[in-house]
Amino acid sequence: MSIELGHFALILAFAIAAISAVGGFVFWRSGQRIALVLSQGAVLQFILVAVAFAALIQAFVTSDFSLLLAASHSHSLKPLIFKISGVWGNHEGSMVLWISILVAFGAMVATFGRRLPSDLLALVLATQSLLTAAFAGFTIFTSNPFARLIPAPIEGNDLNPVLQDIGLAIHPPLLYAGYVGFSICFSFAVAALVSGRIDQAWARWVRPWAMLSWTFLTLGIAMGSYWAYYELGWGGWWFWDPVENASFMPWLAGTALLHSALVMEKRNALKIWTIFLSIITFSLSLLGTFLVRSGILTSVHTFASDPTRGLVILTLLALVIGGAFALFAFRAAALRQGGLFAPVSREGALILNNLFLATAVGAVLVGTLYPLLLDALTGTTISVGAPFFNLTFGALMAPLLLVLPFGPLLAWKRADIVAAAQRLIGAAALAIFAAILISALGGATISLAPIGLLLGFWVAFGAIAELVDRSKIGRIPLGESWRRLTGLPRSAWSTAIAHFGIGITVLGIVAVSAWETELVTTLNPGETAELSGYIVAFDSFDSVEGPNYLSDEGHFTVTAPGGETRQMLADRRTYVASGMPTTEAAIQTYGFSQLYLQLGEPLDDTHVVRIWHKPYITLIWLGALLMAFAGFLSLTDRKLRVGAPRRAAKPVPQAAQ
Amino acid sequence: MSWLRALLLALCLAAPAMAVGPDEVLPDPVLEQRARDISAGLRCLVCQNQSIDDSDADLAKDLRVLVRERLLAGDSDEAVRQYLVDRYGEYVLLNPRVNNHTILLWIAAPVLLIGGLGTLWLAGRRRRVVDAGLSAEEQAALDELK
Repeated sequence: MSIELGHFALILAFAIAAISAVGGFVFWRSGQRIALVLSQGAVLQFILVAVAFAALIQAFVTSDFSLLLAASHSHSLKPLIFKISGVWGNHEGSMVLWISILVAFGAMVATFGRRLPSDLLALVLATQSLLTAAFAGFTIFTSNPFARLIPAPIEGNDLNPVLQDIGLAIHPPLLYAGYVGFSICFSFAVAALVSGRIDQAWARWVRPWAMLSWTFLTLGIAMGSYWAYYELGWGGWWFWDPVENASFMPWLAGTALLHSALVMEKRNALKIWTIFLSIITFSLSLLGTFLVRSGILTSVHTFASDPTRGLVILTLLALVIGGAFALFAFRAAALRQGGLFAPVSREGALILNNLFLATAVGAVLVGTLYPLLLDALTGTTISVGAPFFNLTFGALMAPLLLVLPFGPLLAWKRADIVAAAQRLIGAAALAIFAAILISALGGATISLAPIGLLLGFWVAFGAIAELVDRSKIGRIPLGESWRRLTGLPRSAWSTAIAHFGIGITVLGIVAVSAWETELVTTLNPGETAELSGYIVAFDSFDSVEGPNYLSDEGHFTVTAPGGETRQMLADRRTYVASGMPTTEAAIQTYGFSQLYLQLGEPLDDTHVVRIWHKPYITLIWLGALLMAFAGFLSLTDRKLRVGAPRRAAKPVPQAAQ
Repeated sequence: MSWLRALLLALCLAAPAMAVGPDEVLPDPVLEQRARDISAGLRCLVCQNQSIDDSDADLAKDLRVLVRERLLAGDSDEAVRQYLVDRYGEYVLLNPRVNNHTILLWIAAPVLLIGGLGTLWLAGRRRRVVDAGLSAEEQAALDELK
């Protein structure tokens, strides 16, 4: 019964979205009233889709296998958390999650957007409703998650074991929140193009949404990377897989958008480019979600691809993206440019940032799609893999990182590059010193390591240098400096922390690429192995039964160079329902480094054991967490809260005296 | 084709990635390192976007052993790659070589960057022209005000 209720709610949400979209685009000039109606419609869509989503969750939690989706992707013995996350561990359910987040953002705009001009609000909500209608329609008509299975089977088919992990509970919702959040920027861009009105206030309204989405996307990508790292079993953390690229491109474009919207907000310049980025970022998000689904790209990550739906998805993508760009082509010229500035200025630096980020997006896009196009056009098959991306992407990022610390130190309109360089001398000296020292200590195993270290330290120290400079540490009494430091606007802290995070991530990447060590050996219980000063003893091996799997467990004791001992448990599982095996690596963290141990397949009476020492690998994700924290911090900045002027309260009529 | 793709995917997922086995490792560490570096750039042909160094598929193992055999036979790194390309086509290389088919791929990023720089330069020049000063009419209007 609740299944049908959910199905009905989704159809109703689709109908309301369709009506809102049509009504909104026809009547957007009608003032407060249409904005109010669309706001209520947006909230209603949210409530209805939430009901639909809840119905699916209930069916999965109660193991109602009369629901085809639950029968195909769930199992009664699965732990509760995996029953819930299993809802979106498949194509149909992930569509419902996607739509849920879409309407949640729509409802948020309706709730927090009361202060927006009514025509802008109406157009934003109409665009948002159009997206909801399109994707809810796609879900209902081609991938119905509410299909029944009669007679209901006793037991479900279970979820792909690789997905039975806490990662599935966290990674897709975060990633989708990031992807879908950029739909708000997209809708604002469409609204600006339709109404032909765009000013600094527009950028001030859009930037928080871009910041929020970017923050979620940062967390989602970092989480996905860590998940792949511990689950796929050989300790790789980024594979330049098409699906990863698909999530990385909106992140790069979104990063560019954050920076260009800043220029627009402060200086009323880069308007057309910012609109363009808003459209392209969400288009890349759509590409990320749906190119994978279309079955054109398949990858180790794709849990849900079905070529039969591909055509519908691609048509939908073409309509949304093509429509927006057609609108852009027709209307962008009408937008007036403003705000002049010299090449050497904060604006100039942010444009340089955008140039490199946009080129990086282009390079990743070309690399991802090139083999498909080449195959389709000439029948020649080639591979474009990690070595290609490392080279091209690295070559584009190096100059960006090199100029990054200058940006925040340059003044708007016209800046003094020599003065900025002088303020960075300390950071540069420290970075050179640190890079030389660590290269000497670690031994240069790859020739690029010292350059990578130099860039990482330079960016990190450069971010600190900005704070030091603004608080005048060393030039005025320390107490005064402290007051200045704590008095800095949160946006300044946010910039510094985010840039510092990038430096930290770069350092982690360089360290683990240059100084990772690996040992592949065969061990029997009672034997020991040694790697980078860590002594690993294989204590015992036994077979145990998990909730829905059988497991071969290896127990190890590892002694760190300092003498500290810890237990490690690595296992290989075979899932009962699917018969599929997985490996669960054992990971111990020492400082910022990790020891990664994997129990391999048996080989002539002994066990293959693989051990990696991954120096400073956690810095990669720590840097990403810092960036996300900076994003949240920036959202609490006073400026954003008071950004849009509140309509003055009605004057209270005074009683006649 | 889709069933084939699904089958290939299943083959790979069925075998958790485990990569190089202890029985494959060459005794000479220099040669072994060269083998690892070459392997990291070769595609496991039955997998999705994995190098043979990362994959546990049987074919990946065969290719790893093949790479080591060629190295033991005294081949240079390039000769080993060529040996595999001759048998499996360019598809086996994760880092595509520059040729007629891939030239666009390789020049895409530099062209985009140079194009972007050129656009910025043009925009800057146009802006300078706009910024250059007042037109004769404007100057006349200004003089009148004085």
